[in-house]
Amino acid sequence: MSDLSYVRAEMLPEKAPPVSTSGAVGWVRENLFNGVGNSILTILSLFMVYLVLSALLPWVFSPTWNAASLNDCRTILAGHEGACWGVINERWPQLLFGFYPNGSEEGTVDQRWRPILTFVLLFVAVIPVLFNMISRRMNWVLLLGALGIAFVTRGGVLTMIIGVALLAGAAYVAFQLFNTNKVDRAEEIASGAKRLPNPLIFSAVFPFLAPWLLWGGSIWGPIGALLGFVIGALVFRAVTAVAGSLMGIIAAVLSAVIWWLFLMGGFAWAMESIISLGLEPVESRKFGGFMLSITIGVVAIGCSLPIGIVLALGRQSDLMIVKSLCVGFIEFIRGVPLITLLFVASTLLNIFMPPGSNFDIIVRVLIMVTLFASAYMAEVVRGGLAALPKGQYEAADALGLDYWKAQRLIIMPQALKISIPGIVSTFIGVFKDTTLVSIIGLLDPLGLSNAIRADANWNGVVWELYGFIALMFFVFCFSMSRYSMYLERKLRTDHH
Amino acid sequence: MSTSIEFDHHADRSHMSVSDKVAIEITGMNKWYGNFHVLRDINLTVNEGERIVICGPSGSGKSTLIRCINRLEEHQEGSIIVDGTELSSDLKNVDKVRSEVGMVFQHFNLFPHLTILENCTLAPIWVRKTPRKEAEEMAMHFLEKVKIPEQAHKYPGMLSGGQQQRVAIARSLCMMPRIMLFDEPTSALDPEMIKEVLETMISLAEEGMTMLCVTHEMGFAKEVANRVIFMDAGQIVEQNEPNEFFDNPQSERTQLFLSQIL
Ligand SMILES: Nc1ncnc2c1ncn2[C@@H]1O[C@H](COP(=O)(O)OP(=O)(O)O)[C@@H](O)[C@H]1O
Ligand SMILES: [Mg+2]
Repeated sequence: MSDLSYVRAEMLPEKAPPVSTSGAVGWVRENLFNGVGNSILTILSLFMVYLVLSALLPWVFSPTWNAASLNDCRTILAGHEGACWGVINERWPQLLFGFYPNGSEEGTVDQRWRPILTFVLLFVAVIPVLFNMISRRMNWVLLLGALGIAFVTRGGVLTMIIGVALLAGAAYVAFQLFNTNKVDRAEEIASGAKRLPNPLIFSAVFPFLAPWLLWGGSIWGPIGALLGFVIGALVFRAVTAVAGSLMGIIAAVLSAVIWWLFLMGGFAWAMESIISLGLEPVESRKFGGFMLSITIGVVAIGCSLPIGIVLALGRQSDLMIVKSLCVGFIEFIRGVPLITLLFVASTLLNIFMPPGSNFDIIVRVLIMVTLFASAYMAEVVRGGLAALPKGQYEAADALGLDYWKAQRLIIMPQALKISIPGIVSTFIGVFKDTTLVSIIGLLDPLGLSNAIRADANWNGVVWELYGFIALMFFVFCFSMSRYSMYLERKLRTDHH
Repeated sequence: MSTSIEFDHHADRSHMSVSDKVAIEITGMNKWYGNFHVLRDINLTVNEGERIVICGPSGSGKSTLIRCINRLEEHQEGSIIVDGTELSSDLKNVDKVRSEVGMVFQHFNLFPHLTILENCTLAPIWVRKTPRKEAEEMAMHFLEKVKIPEQAHKYPGMLSGGQQQRVAIARSLCMMPRIMLFDEPTSALDPEMIKEVLETMISLAEEGMTMLCVTHEMGFAKEVANRVIFMDAGQIVEQNEPNEFFDNPQSERTQLFLSQIL
């Protein structure tokens, strides 16, 4: 019996793990040569990798960057296998900008700074949305810097002066940024020091600025559109104070719609005749290449998330009509291929429009792609909502939060966090689906590649073009995927 | 069960007086889930400062009853009046009652994406419109009271079950409720954590909080309750002052239940 009795005399100290499981040797043994079978697989895989690379690398590193045609390439390569990179060298501006005016035509100026500036500003606008590690001042440095460079490179005395002023502003803020440390600044702010305005202001203005930069025309159009939202917000505030939030929303939407439909045109026209300020208009059919893909992708991605959230909430609603509308919309859109929707956009819609009305083809495509993405997004968000335990709703209710506050503060932050992988997958899918617009004749990179191969000089070039396009898409999609992993890590709250 | 838990302070609790003002009045209340008659003719009056323990077998409707009091569940017949406000489909009344009644759940239901401090300040800031700074001070005050101020900036997922439940209590207290509902607050906890939560609840009782508590912690019931209510099959079967209830149960069902849990 006494054999069973045991008392530990002293507690064991902590020991380092054995060397064979840590360090480089341990890693290699653990992950590559863990047993005979796995060792064989590792060696076989390495051999495969070698085969692929030994075939691919000589092809990739071929000295044909300056060739002017496929025949040129053949002469340079003299019978060896190799890529013909001349086509990329000659056509990359087209693959990026399509037929956006580049000054080559008689009487036109190079306008490609506009999409470039829009692209740069896109980053300035999304950074404060995507990351909160970047400081306010850093955002303003980026914005002032980007605008400053844009103005300075435009030439003209006035623009130069404005540009230099902007750059000086950027430099001043940057100097301050590097001259004060974080703790001091935090203390200053706590004791009431003036802060720069929230950079999200620019993020809100960007959706109005971007179309103006890309399509050009009078600046009063986008300003008028923006004013609609301002008017709506003011009316909402005024009416809510008197008649409750539901009436407030209705009044706000009504007043904004009235402004956009009836008053905005007159306003823009009047302002234009007083101060004429605008950019040279560029027609939609000149849009093409990655610029087009990114435009469609960004709009669809940016709009589909909020619309998807609303649809997902509508689908959960207790109100019969709201619920059936949402379910009907989601199921219909998901049940139809995107191509069909695009054909509807390109041909059918024109039949229903009053004759003579010219509803921009890119806007039509934007609407269709956005609706398509929203339906998928709604289901992804619904998945996140379904994964939340009921207790979260109950706790929110028990604390007295109303529906919208509970959604905004408790439910959505968690549901969206759960759905990040699904949301980003949908984003990536939508971005790649933008290539489908080539089928209805828009010149996205794939559409352009067909046009380029129709050129006698490059007839027969395939891999180089598609390889380049694939690489560009990969860069964008892979960045989104990495961002989603960063975000998931950042939002983890269980253990640190 | 853990009747063995002894509390350090066998203080004189005679000062824990009950006023004769009515806090909750439930009359002729019936509730159905579909065809299932889950609560049957419930009549219950709770005075201010009263501490009531509700017990009964699983599925007897204890949770449903206290969830009706802040209208997490709707009743179909009879009336529930909380602090003079009748619960009806009028949302204004519901909001009013909810901001006066705090609730602590079996599974804590803390908001995992917010820190402990944010959990506590959320409702005061968004419902009561308390300025953030003030709300934070108040939250720290209550976190100190439940003895975890040093965890304020951690997330709920990093705390033990007992600590989470105490945060949940602090979170409710930050809304300055006049009535607290507890739905089996210690049932999901390891034995060593039950005591810390019960002590928090006792100190709350000592301050005169009106409490309705579904629990099987008989030690706690004997210590603080004015009244123990036994429910079975959706009905109140027996209620009595705790010593009498445990030593001398009248109904057969109560005797059977007590013989099973003690
Ligand atoms: N949402 C619901 N729908 C249908 N039946 C329910 C629902 N919630 C609880 N019930 C049933 O009501 C009865 C009482 O439940 P509950 O109040 O949770 O019991 P207790 O808390 O006493 O264990 C149980 O039989 C349970 O199955
Ligand atoms: Mg229960």
